[in-house]
Amino acid sequence: MDVRKYVIKQISVFSENRPGRLAAIAHALGEEKVNILAFSIAEANGFGVVRALVDQPEKAYKKLSSIGFNVAFTEVIAVHMQDRPGGLYEIAKMLGDANINIEYSYAYSGKDGAVLILRVDQVVDAIEKISKSGATLIESSVFH
Amino acid sequence: MNCWDPRVEEMPQAELRQMQYKLLKSLVYRLYSFSPFYHDRMKEQNVHPDDIHALSDVEKLPFMFKRDLRDNYPDKIFTATKDDLVRYHVSSGTTGKPTVVGYTQNDLDTWTTSLARALTSLGLGRGDVIQVSYGYGLFTGGLGLHYGAERIGATVLPTSVGNTERQIELMQDLGATAIACTPSYLLHIGEVAEKMGVDLHKDTNLRTGILGAEPWTEQMRVRMEEWLGIKAYDIYGTSELSGPMFTECTEQDGFHVWSDIALVEIIDPKTGEQVAPGERGELTMTILQKEALPMIRFRIGDITRVNEEVCACGRTHPRVDRIQGRVDDMLIIRGINVFPSQVEYTLMTIPEVGQHFQIVVDRKGALDDMLVRVELNKESFSDKITDLMLIRQKVEHKLRNVLNVNANVELVEPGSLPRYEGKSKKVVDRRSL
Repeated sequence: MDVRKYVIKQISVFSENRPGRLAAIAHALGEEKVNILAFSIAEANGFGVVRALVDQPEKAYKKLSSIGFNVAFTEVIAVHMQDRPGGLYEIAKMLGDANINIEYSYAYSGKDGAVLILRVDQVVDAIEKISKSGATLIESSVFH
Repeated sequence: MNCWDPRVEEMPQAELRQMQYKLLKSLVYRLYSFSPFYHDRMKEQNVHPDDIHALSDVEKLPFMFKRDLRDNYPDKIFTATKDDLVRYHVSSGTTGKPTVVGYTQNDLDTWTTSLARALTSLGLGRGDVIQVSYGYGLFTGGLGLHYGAERIGATVLPTSVGNTERQIELMQDLGATAIACTPSYLLHIGEVAEKMGVDLHKDTNLRTGILGAEPWTEQMRVRMEEWLGIKAYDIYGTSELSGPMFTECTEQDGFHVWSDIALVEIIDPKTGEQVAPGERGELTMTILQKEALPMIRFRIGDITRVNEEVCACGRTHPRVDRIQGRVDDMLIIRGINVFPSQVEYTLMTIPEVGQHFQIVVDRKGALDDMLVRVELNKESFSDKITDLMLIRQKVEHKLRNVLNVNANVELVEPGSLPRYEGKSKKVVDRRSL
């Protein structure tokens, strides 16, 4: 199995925790015609990290760096969930049973069903385990 | 070793002291007789020129403070007539009135000689192109360096401050080998050059930085030397002394203060007494050769120490350590003395954060609260919040160890802290008394 095709390039942006920072990021991406497919904000005391799946990660990285943002790529995976009670449980339990730790996660419920985006400590392991379990991983080509 | 004036610069220390004593004695006689200000001060202190029998008797003389210059604005302390003055410089008054310094032709010559010796001692001379990126005008930096550089036969590129991209183009096109500016401006030049795709080490002849007019640290020197491929030398002076006067020699171990020009003392700011040799205290200078605005025991307010040993370069004149802070910049946080330079020193040892910082002091309830804002380095950015929290904890921990007081640390985006082209303002004190 070619596991790499399931590895998705997420952009992570360091941001101070003050009004207007998300707008600055979103505006810059809009200007470059980069579409945001999913995103989340993690916040700590005084700062935060904006994480996003975009259709053109390289372009987004270049643009945000050029206006002074601290940007990094992070590898994540995306799994289809059943859009019904217990859907999240099935995925989470399977990863837990396989001793794979979820560092963080966010989800969206779109027209093609619910999607769980996962940052795990062992990406390749997780992809193999999830595939075997019968759950559907989403290829990175779906996003970009 | 290359000396501008070997006879004086390598003079045995006993002879130097004898020379200083003679200069001091005649200075004191002259001011007692002709300066109402110093006459009154000496009377108040109950000291007469006849009481000066040895160089150490300088301790009997009254101090002079910056406030004396402000109180006597603009020229009440001057001892030269208007006809003999050839120039004024004016220092910006952050509190109240500015201070005015007047110069006779001899004063300008002494200043220029001091810098000619200094620039020679750090290896510059004919064939060098010195870019003077200090402000020209009322500020002493630009014109002072300008005349010093011309005196040693170097070529001056008088760019003054600002228009950084043009400065970098001229540096390349005219082959500047040295630049004189503030350390923060050189950092700014380095950043702008990187953005322009100019590698200062490969694409220019720049090999020497003459940096001063604001405090900087040994760690900043190491970083700048590695990053920009130059040797960075400390230059020192204040407008009251004439302007930038003294630099380090190639040994980079404190700036040489020429004994025939100035007599150095290190004073305990609280007691007004000289500290033990090698101890830190307030830099105090008597300018032995100054006509228009004489300075006896001028309390400069900079904290440092002096080393009287003969330098490895062969010069016999004392060396003064890099300035550690200002007597009046000292912050008192929960009763503990904190110098911004200590914060700077600490941050320089932490690779995860940048070289710019800002200290914000506030009062939360009855307690002082110190916040240190630092820029997260690009290479150290991690997507994981816990990694970032660890960096912040590391900075807080190191600061607490050095300062003995708790500081909160805020990680900010790279490039977001203010850069200044002149003197840095790194402390915001919001406490109201």
